[in-house]
Amino acid sequence: MTPAPGVRIGNRRSAPVAGIPVLGLTEFGAQIEAATAGGWRIVTLFGTPETADELRLICVMAHDARGDLAVTSALVGRDYPAISARSRQAGRFECEIAEQCAARPHGHPRLRAVRRHAPDHAPSHWHGGSADALANGLTTIGGDEVHEVAVGPVHAGIIEPGHFRFNAHGEEILSLDVVLGYQHRGVERLLECTPRDRAMYVAESIAGDSVIAHASAYCGAIEALGRSHKSPRAQAIRGIALELERLANHIGDLGALSGDVAYQPAASYFGRMRGDCLNLLMAMSGNRYGRGLVRPGGTTFDIDAGTARDIEHGMARLGDDFRATADLFFGASTVQSRLEGVGVVSAATCIAEGFVGIVARACDVPRDVRHDHPYGVFRFAQIPVSTAWAGDVYARALVRRLEVQRSIAFIAEQVHSLPGGETRAPCGALARNEFVVALEEGWRGEVAHAVLTDATGSVRRHKVTDPSFHNWPAIEVAMPGNQISDFPLSNKSFNLSYAGHDL
Amino acid sequence: MRPAASAWIALAIVLVVAPGVLGVASRTRALLTRRRGAPVLQSYYDLLKLLRRGSVLSDTTSRVFRAAPVCLVASTLLAGAVIPLDGRAALIRFPGDVVALVYALAFGRFLLVLAALDTGSSFEGMGASREVTVASIVELGLFLSFGTLAALTKTSSLSGMLGAPLAAAWPTGSPAILMTAVGLFALMLAECTRVPVDDPATHLELTMIHEVMILDHSGPDLALILYSSALELSIIAAIIVTLLAPRGDMPVAVSLAVLAAGLLATGVAIGIVEATVARLRLPKIPLYLASAASLGLFSLVLVLWSSP
Repeated sequence: MTPAPGVRIGNRRSAPVAGIPVLGLTEFGAQIEAATAGGWRIVTLFGTPETADELRLICVMAHDARGDLAVTSALVGRDYPAISARSRQAGRFECEIAEQCAARPHGHPRLRAVRRHAPDHAPSHWHGGSADALANGLTTIGGDEVHEVAVGPVHAGIIEPGHFRFNAHGEEILSLDVVLGYQHRGVERLLECTPRDRAMYVAESIAGDSVIAHASAYCGAIEALGRSHKSPRAQAIRGIALELERLANHIGDLGALSGDVAYQPAASYFGRMRGDCLNLLMAMSGNRYGRGLVRPGGTTFDIDAGTARDIEHGMARLGDDFRATADLFFGASTVQSRLEGVGVVSAATCIAEGFVGIVARACDVPRDVRHDHPYGVFRFAQIPVSTAWAGDVYARALVRRLEVQRSIAFIAEQVHSLPGGETRAPCGALARNEFVVALEEGWRGEVAHAVLTDATGSVRRHKVTDPSFHNWPAIEVAMPGNQISDFPLSNKSFNLSYAGHDL
Repeated sequence: MRPAASAWIALAIVLVVAPGVLGVASRTRALLTRRRGAPVLQSYYDLLKLLRRGSVLSDTTSRVFRAAPVCLVASTLLAGAVIPLDGRAALIRFPGDVVALVYALAFGRFLLVLAALDTGSSFEGMGASREVTVASIVELGLFLSFGTLAALTKTSSLSGMLGAPLAAAWPTGSPAILMTAVGLFALMLAECTRVPVDDPATHLELTMIHEVMILDHSGPDLALILYSSALELSIIAAIIVTLLAPRGDMPVAVSLAVLAAGLLATGVAIGIVEATVARLRLPKIPLYLASAASLGLFSLVLVLWSSP
């Protein structure tokens, strides 16, 4: 059994910063390398200025099968040998660190811009931005018959901006580079600098379709540091809201997949059901996306008897409608032939690169925070992990279908047996010099908020890692060899967030 | 021989009804998928809206880009003029005019492809390459279908193939005629960029075939292109209607009514197809087209085999 890389921690259990080991860089790199080889994956890896001339790298790792979380750290100077030279999973995080903290990882296999902004977490003596120094790292392929296709950043639909650059040979994709960062708002800085009640709104706006997931992860971290104990009722309401968010987005995605293959009936039925789920969230919180519901210490709204009845009836009807439409969609041979074998991510790649959420579960890598690192209501009411094995668009659609069915059953059971009590407990001042990681299984996958407080009890570093940050490279891996005309469909099956990545 | 007034009236009917066929198709699809859908007349409103707008022209384009929409409409009108839309005789007819029909349609497409390449956009280049791939197989299918009709009616003019000789051939040639009609319907879906070959409703440039070629056209130019593709659909639909209901010996009024009703019924049929199947993957489209073309081939074999 691989030893834990660093000190063991729990999901939403705060621990003194002094307890986090501070290693030399070589040892730190070796520890991460050994851990990733032994079944651990990087949850988040980030830098925070320690002194005017030193950066502290903090790495949180998870062993999902064992339900373990561990944290370790190292002090580095501005120029340091890249960890990603030893562990692939660190690659994207080190690009982020180079950009945010102006560090220079030497020997990085593919150092490229992540969001193209000036460093905002650099030690005070490290002048000179690295934003210009980092290129977008576009692949170029020579040859007369290869053509480049540039898509975006302005999207033909009404979704978010991102730039996609293909090298294609006829209709076949040779390479794809995704360039993001157009939505960068400085979320981490805002979370660190703004007062707690306003920071809550920032947390809810990290990704507009994952309001509950990010709000709950943010509150989970703040509550652990503020020694707040949520009532079982508040935990259940959060769980119901989270699963409603999952239902709305999964069903919406299945509808969008139907639309992309021009299978009209399923597209419109799924679209209506998505609306029903959002309306239930509206009934609970007054907002279709659940804004304003989750607050430190619990929830702002209770589920009264009438709303509980509405949700219960809503779930019964949704269960029937969804089964009928899903049978229609998954049973149509013309749909199957579009979805199967397109955009494949293999289990080996998934494990090596550290993908999470639907993408991982669709290639038989059972990663689900609700199951592996349970928290809140999920400690008492387990939701089975849904997996498929093919790793293609069909598998990702299938995982969504299974999760919808399980979430419907979960919500029906929870509203039927809501525990009593208040919905909001007090949340005190943040503990000093502590560190906490809050993981939440949003509908895309693992949402991670890591918070570090200083000696005065204010937030020293707030690190947000959206599942999209882990998973965007999956599209670059999955597309080569596919038809360029299948890209929109593939992209939809991942449905990653631009805002969640760009922060 | 001067063309009969009925031929002019039939052409007028097709010109007027053409956008409505698309409206019927999308309304049918909406109703079958439990949506209310846009009004049937929406495609007329869209055309009027586009005609009132100005056109934006890219600096990189040349006169070819400007000329393409007008020439496209002209060539589609020519295609309409060689077909006996009234079920008797076409406005323009001569031995071998079937070749004129196929190449009038091909000429329009050729200009559209040139206009797409004229923009220098990689999207439009991709669309042009896809469009030409589809068109080359469709053309084969069209010739096989018309070959069947020519062998059946022993004429090489559309006015004969779709006129009185067709009605005479029905009692003995109905299997071949029905097969040809089914094949033509499948080819029409491809030629007129409908599901399962293309998706006129998509906004995703990378998956488009026809739509991506006309991304740079706007205003009246776009209206002309949209109108001419609606017209093309109706022209092929008119052939199918005539095959299924030969109108050579019907009274003129009945014949024209059958034409109008048949066009709208084709719209319904397209709507039903679009509400029940998903779009094909791009690499499978040639297979679909080859299947459609082989219906034409089999019917031709059938006719040649059974004729003395």
